Amino acid sequence: MTEGLHGELQKHGVFTTTLEGIHNWGRRNSVWPLQFGLACCAIEMIATSMARYDLARFGAEVFRPSPRQADLMIVAGTVTKKMAPQVVRLYNQMPEPKYVIAMGACAISGGPFKQGYNVLKGIDRFLPVDVHIPGCPPRPEALLHAFMTLQRQIDRQKLTGDERPRHLRAEAPSEYPVPQFGKKDLTPGKNAAVWSPPVSTRSG
Amino acid sequence: MDESVTVLKRIEEALPEAAVSRVINPSPSGQHSLLVEPKDLLAVARFLRDDPQLGYDFLSNLTGVDWLDRTVKNKVKKIEIREGEETEVDVVEEQQIPGCLEVVFHLYSLSRKQGPLILRTRTVNRTDRVALPSLVSVWRSAEFQEREVYDLYGVVFEGHPDLRRLLMWDEFEDHPMRKDYIEPDDYEYEPTPHGRVLEKLDRS
Repeated sequence: MTEGLHGELQKHGVFTTTLEGIHNWGRRNSVWPLQFGLACCAIEMIATSMARYDLARFGAEVFRPSPRQADLMIVAGTVTKKMAPQVVRLYNQMPEPKYVIAMGACAISGGPFKQGYNVLKGIDRFLPVDVHIPGCPPRPEALLHAFMTLQRQIDRQKLTGDERPRHLRAEAPSEYPVPQFGKKDLTPGKNAAVWSPPVSTRSG
Repeated sequence: MDESVTVLKRIEEALPEAAVSRVINPSPSGQHSLLVEPKDLLAVARFLRDDPQLGYDFLSNLTGVDWLDRTVKNKVKKIEIREGEETEVDVVEEQQIPGCLEVVFHLYSLSRKQGPLILRTRTVNRTDRVALPSLVSVWRSAEFQEREVYDLYGVVFEGHPDLRRLLMWDEFEDHPMRKDYIEPDDYEYEPTPHGRVLEKLDRS
């Protein structure tokens, strides 16, 4: 169906869509985040959900206290190495389709604690992150922007074909290995299946 | 008069056998402290709390210091006989000071509105004789702070009701705040590589 016919039919009160279109429309407007925060970024996340910034405009005001009912994990704050296994475990308990927003400098890279001994250098070492937000902490507008970016990503998802997302591919993992506490560090320290850093070069 | 002087005088009157000395702080702040031998620590702490003239009823802070083995060079004037004459010569003497772990207590008296009184105590060395008496029985607020010092410095507090790690996980086998702590090598990518990352690149 062409765009013109679609518009013409709509003028006469006939609405046409594709299955993919209505499927993505429904899901992107009801993304329910998991209600948990790790540090000061969580305060900004709370502010985003309140009346002034009003995350409810995007259908995401229902912060679920149980991972079984959540679609989106907003990793808001510093992920310490002691907390990292619990964060991965929460992610594993969420039903598909599920998304991750890494919010703030700590969640994306370790932030100011990167050289420390007890902070994970980015949650993307263990989880597949969809949207990264820099900032310390990011303003509510930045979280809204990340959320709209995620909505556009969901809107582009295909139901069939090779480009279909992870939750529609049977062979793709739904759960990710939980790191164990080691004598010096987490073991393993990263999940090579999701974390592939660019190679640093001298000339760069 | 300086608080540490009056308190020291009071301790010497009441507990003549206790080994307490004054540590002078040469900086402009002039916060002098009292160094207590571990064997007398519990008796001195009880006395500081219970004595009506002192009444240090609040332990505000308890922290650790890691002193490495160090050599101090002292310039000493000596008289030598040179060419039949006595002359004054500056001789540099090296003094070896063995390392130890130190625990520092900041005490306040809420009833007298006095403080802080700084109390220090030192272990014998940094490796195997690191036990100190616990002060949980005197000030309850010492409980978590002693656990933290045990976790990060490795001071074993004898008589502590529940001496477990506070911040790091139980399987962790080191003390991160010690000066000879080596952090895990999980430092693989920097967007703008510099310093240690470049050195690592040169080696590989």
